[in-house]
Amino acid sequence: MGFAFIKHDTHIDFIGKRHWAYGLSILILLAGLASVLWGNGLRLGIDFAGGVIVQVQFAQPVEDEALKKSLNVPELPGISTQRFGEGGRDYLLRFSSSETGDASLLRTNVLKALAQAFPDNPAEIQRLEVVGPKVGDDLTNKALSALYYAVLLIAVYISGRFEQRWMAAAIMAAALWGGMYLFSFTPVSMGWQVLIALAITLMVCFVLKLNFALGAVVGLLHDVFITLGLLSILDVEIDLNVMAAILTIVGYSLNDTIIVYDRLRENLRARPELDLASLINRSVNQTLSRTILTSGTTFVATLSLFLLGGGVIHDFALTMLIGVVVGTASSIYVSSAILLALGDTDFYVRAQEKEKYERPGEHGIV
Amino acid sequence: MGLRWRLGISVLVFLLCLVYALPSIPGIGTALERILPASRINLGLDLKGGIHLTLGVDVAKAVSNALALAGQDVRRLAQDEKIVVLRPRVVGGTTLEFVLPRAENEAKLQELLARHFPQLDVEAPQRGDAGQLRYVAHFTSDEVSRLENMALDQALRTIRNRIDQFGVAEPDIRKQADNRIQVQLPGISDPRRAVQIIGQTAHLEFHLVRDDVDPGKAVLPSGVVVLPLLESSPGQKDDAKKEGRIAVEKDAMLTGEDVADARPAFDQMNQAYVTLNFNARGGRIFERVTGENVGRRMAIVLDGKVYSAPVIRERIGGGRASISGNFTTAEAQDLAIVLRAGSLPAPVSVLEERSVGPSLGQESIDSGVRAALVGAALVIIFMAIYYGVSGIIADLMLCFTMLIVMAGMGAFGATLTLPGIAGIVLTIGMAVDANVLIYERIREELRHGLTPLAAVKAGFDRAAISITDSNLTTIIATVVLYQFGTGPIRGFAVTLSLGIIASMFTAIFVSRAIFEEWARHCGPKGISI
Repeated sequence: MGFAFIKHDTHIDFIGKRHWAYGLSILILLAGLASVLWGNGLRLGIDFAGGVIVQVQFAQPVEDEALKKSLNVPELPGISTQRFGEGGRDYLLRFSSSETGDASLLRTNVLKALAQAFPDNPAEIQRLEVVGPKVGDDLTNKALSALYYAVLLIAVYISGRFEQRWMAAAIMAAALWGGMYLFSFTPVSMGWQVLIALAITLMVCFVLKLNFALGAVVGLLHDVFITLGLLSILDVEIDLNVMAAILTIVGYSLNDTIIVYDRLRENLRARPELDLASLINRSVNQTLSRTILTSGTTFVATLSLFLLGGGVIHDFALTMLIGVVVGTASSIYVSSAILLALGDTDFYVRAQEKEKYERPGEHGIV
Repeated sequence: MGLRWRLGISVLVFLLCLVYALPSIPGIGTALERILPASRINLGLDLKGGIHLTLGVDVAKAVSNALALAGQDVRRLAQDEKIVVLRPRVVGGTTLEFVLPRAENEAKLQELLARHFPQLDVEAPQRGDAGQLRYVAHFTSDEVSRLENMALDQALRTIRNRIDQFGVAEPDIRKQADNRIQVQLPGISDPRRAVQIIGQTAHLEFHLVRDDVDPGKAVLPSGVVVLPLLESSPGQKDDAKKEGRIAVEKDAMLTGEDVADARPAFDQMNQAYVTLNFNARGGRIFERVTGENVGRRMAIVLDGKVYSAPVIRERIGGGRASISGNFTTAEAQDLAIVLRAGSLPAPVSVLEERSVGPSLGQESIDSGVRAALVGAALVIIFMAIYYGVSGIIADLMLCFTMLIVMAGMGAFGATLTLPGIAGIVLTIGMAVDANVLIYERIREELRHGLTPLAAVKAGFDRAAISITDSNLTTIIATVVLYQFGTGPIRGFAVTLSLGIIASMFTAIFVSRAIFEEWARHCGPKGISI
């Protein structure tokens, strides 16, 4: 017989404590923003910024200082070193300028400098990545637009699925798509384009009263910004893998949100006489055990990746870890609380009376 | 759908997946090669080591070259018609200018241009002070795009040729948007050499040397250019080759186009050089030029640098020549390869290079597999403790899900990358999500006092909607990722989406059949959940 650590009749007053959660969220967001603006900033990896990374492995451990000194030669301008993984044998060397474009020359120079400084400790180049500025720019634009389209598609899907307003959702999608397309001919940088488009998306959701979608989108933007802020505070370099993790968070953070929304939908139908706050509380409590369980297993799997997955995947795993925790918390507070703040699910309840979208029996209503 | 059907289909899917997953398992795949499907999971470059290159082909240069040639052709054809056309030159890479000194030939030239050069847009000529006519012409846009495509295709063919000659197992060379070419060379030990072979333009030309012109002079006679000269004395290393300057005739006598074959060879001093065999036309021209210019020097120019300028001692027949330049053996071999494979139609630059050593790849595999196993073990133990027998069923479903992921990747011949492994680990964490939703729902229904069978049915019915809804957003994110991603990221998107779809199938379809069967026969003690 299995057991349940989370009692099935929990009645934690999440909504009542929401102001604390808001405070915490805003605090972390501000700390992250401060770090991005005045602290470490967002460190873009060479995938996006262009540049060179060389990963070397020595036969025996070497000291940071000795290594720095050995590479201080005129052929290797603008180099920084970073210990990689455990044991002091692996180092990452970075060159900020991609002007050093000729990788083969660089390879020779690095090995030559190391062989001179550590004659009896042979070094081997394990990985070398050179990304030209053009490729980096392209990828940055692609990543930003991917982020935007993921958010847009999800917003469309949620408004369609939860509010039965595929038409409104489709109009929103078409308008924004066209807007982005027109924007692409203007000299506005991609980052601003995406931010403006996201702001417009939120406004459209608000005006069209697509409250579920609005809650979900605000929730996932909250997750993405908090994750980015924490990455900046922890001084993690944002490379392609981290970007993939962030996009995965966009999908995954909604996982819990939708489960709560699903329950809320059901409760709205079953007990329309209750006020929204207690309905939301009920829904969060009913799905709490499941939320904690699956976030828990995802967290455990990601943690194992973080601890055992090796250096290359380390930052990816760290980003996912942050995302899983923040995503779970936000589905309880942000997305549901937005619904409460807007306080308007009338439209939804009215739509219910038409019994438009479900077959009898599907939700136990016969 | 009847229960028996469900169970039958589940077993069938299981067997099918087994057949497709087996080839990818090391050891088993080779043993049963004959009977199993041929496609298997490939390892990405980041796991098996190798280089990934993104090359940019400068197609604009190819167009401007073609324009310069068209200018020469205009002059030549006009000459055949007894019309003098002066100074054809390319301005800004896109515009051809030439001058017609005698305006009375305008109609004839116009007719000639219309007949022989439909690809040129010729603007109305401007009359100069001395009565001459200035012409400005461009390629039509169709011609420009045709030339660009041709340059890209030819570059792709040439690079493929060179790599084949270099001898790499399973190279992957493909065109990308924006006139880019992506090259992937697995398991290469000397990336430096490979990049040089791929990136070298290898434009070979033979020019006559003008020893009467001082290369240091500021003003050169027309038809003469000064080129850098690699002065080599034996025994010097590559980077110590001193550069001099040498004046040569502007027009090449002969180009690499007419080279039929190139081979590395060694002289008496054991110094490597490259021998060339010309094709029939090249042999004829070479014989004529050397015969007419005995005593003068012939410069051998590769990519705008003069490698050597030997004195022509006699008429050279037989269509053979050699390039010496103080090469190492490897350099001579590589030069022979690029000359054999032909020159690139336009300069190629390396926009991105990523190389991973084989040992790092193996390390990544080991740590990735370790992370997956530990993560899976923890999740499996946890589920078994928390849900009892149902938890064990969920664990079996997790294994089934993994099998489907492997089979799917194997059947499509997908590439497993390091982020792909991360996607699998993530799937292990997320895959139980569907089961948890169902079980929590069944527990709830049981508390409401339903019979096991009714609780199972209601639990599955209600959870199925939530599962689909919640997983679809992750699927949307992975689809977008796939669209924008490069190789490794695509691998992640593929494994994660496969994993999610597979986990939905096993949870909603397969385990439902098991549970209904169980709930029917569990008797009064109920189901363990």
